Amino acid sequence: MDISKNTFEAMKTLVEQGKRFDGRALTEYRAVEISYDVSKAAEGSARVRMGKTEVIAGVKLTLDKPYPDSPEKGNLLVSGDLLPLASPRYEVGPPKFDAIELPRLVDRVIRESHVIELDKLVVKAGEKVWTVIIDVYPLNDDGNLVDAAVLAAIAALKQAKMPGVTEAGFPDYKHRTKQAVPLAKELVPLSVTLFKLGNALFIDPTREEAEAAEVKCNFGLTKQGKKHMIHSAQKTGAKPFTQKELETAAILIGEKYDELYDKLKKVL
Amino acid sequence: MAVKKISVQGSEEPQKKRYIVVPGEVIVSGEDYLPSDGTRRQGADIVAAKYGLAEEAGMVIRVIPLTGAFVPRRGNQVIGRVSNITMNGWVIDIDWASNAFLPIDESPHFINKNEMDQFLAIGDLMLGKIEGITARGIDLSFDGPGLGKLEGGFSFKVSPNRVPRVIGREGSMINLIKDNTKCDVAVGQNGWCWVYSEDMEGMLKARKAIEMITEKPFVEGLTEKMESWFQENK
Repeated sequence: MDISKNTFEAMKTLVEQGKRFDGRALTEYRAVEISYDVSKAAEGSARVRMGKTEVIAGVKLTLDKPYPDSPEKGNLLVSGDLLPLASPRYEVGPPKFDAIELPRLVDRVIRESHVIELDKLVVKAGEKVWTVIIDVYPLNDDGNLVDAAVLAAIAALKQAKMPGVTEAGFPDYKHRTKQAVPLAKELVPLSVTLFKLGNALFIDPTREEAEAAEVKCNFGLTKQGKKHMIHSAQKTGAKPFTQKELETAAILIGEKYDELYDKLKKVL
Repeated sequence: MAVKKISVQGSEEPQKKRYIVVPGEVIVSGEDYLPSDGTRRQGADIVAAKYGLAEEAGMVIRVIPLTGAFVPRRGNQVIGRVSNITMNGWVIDIDWASNAFLPIDESPHFINKNEMDQFLAIGDLMLGKIEGITARGIDLSFDGPGLGKLEGGFSFKVSPNRVPRVIGREGSMINLIKDNTKCDVAVGQNGWCWVYSEDMEGMLKARKAIEMITEKPFVEGLTEKMESWFQENK
């Protein structure tokens, strides 16, 4: 059932007073929980819980041809789908808008931060390179899937180990090496998505809040030294952000990045 | 088959013993028993078809489901959202596989067919009764006390299987919530709840209370517990 007019109006009054249905502050994350090694088949995997939202991400490595425009770089591929398991909203069939958007956003956050050193994934230039496949699957959708998915993808990447190579030149998944996927160690890209309803800004919405939100903007950022850097941003929705709101947001997303990063650092 | 039985006391009728069963689990064997809701006969055994609490009422065996989707029955009260307006009525989303239909005759006063959104517009909430279930779909009506358009307040969903607990025996729980929060509360069998009050804090408290009730399926004497919870959180 879509959000009703009654709930929309009530939620708008509430967030404009700075309150939420579940009693959180507008800029407060739900409890974040990160766990590792949820899949034996994947080279690296992680599960992230954010309140009732739950996402698993897995990293798989294969040997492939490079793309013609980047013969001296490995490939990165992010895929994912919104399974009917995750929410009564999703059904089997061709992926719809949200299901296309999720892996694309995760892809952009990771790719544009250049955290994966793709030039170190070349076996033979122009002929054979490693392809890093990141699979993102929500197990339960209670809003804010993108932030949870990026967190899970990064946690899985940090944990992933390269597979061995057989004599015939194929990946040997049974004998993993101890070598990690080449990552730029100092970079940890994370996503913070900002939502706006009425004149209130908030983060980490539950599903009903996400449905009520009029605008959202997803930021992918890293911290370099003491400064935060935005690598990617995507706004969805017809209503505009004011200049003042974006100025508040610029400070807010930095603070929230630090908060999420601290949680990730504890389990790394 | 040896079945490990965990007894759980239900709050609605505390005298009866209930057991947790999973689908495929044999509840009883023998021709003396009759399978009812949530069970099926498999040879000589009566087997659970749902995850829930098995109950023996005389010779009738039934399973009260603990999870699962809402299954509409005639006479159920449901809260739905208007999703479309047609020539002769409103299409209502009641969170089931197909939509329900509310005929224009159910309107309490005369409405012009060109201005049907004067009464119920797309996105509005309504509380209706399931009048009939046919191959064509579900028909709703406003024939009963308290049924009609729901104005103001907000709605939220709980598990449809917990709705009897939210209402309580003879409405004891729902009246407790209404008295303590000064809210108007409506609960549909499809799990959608609606609360309304002038005071936002009261509505939030009512929602919190209802969500607390639905998260505790096995607690005994829940009405007393909620009474003391309201005392503490005045």
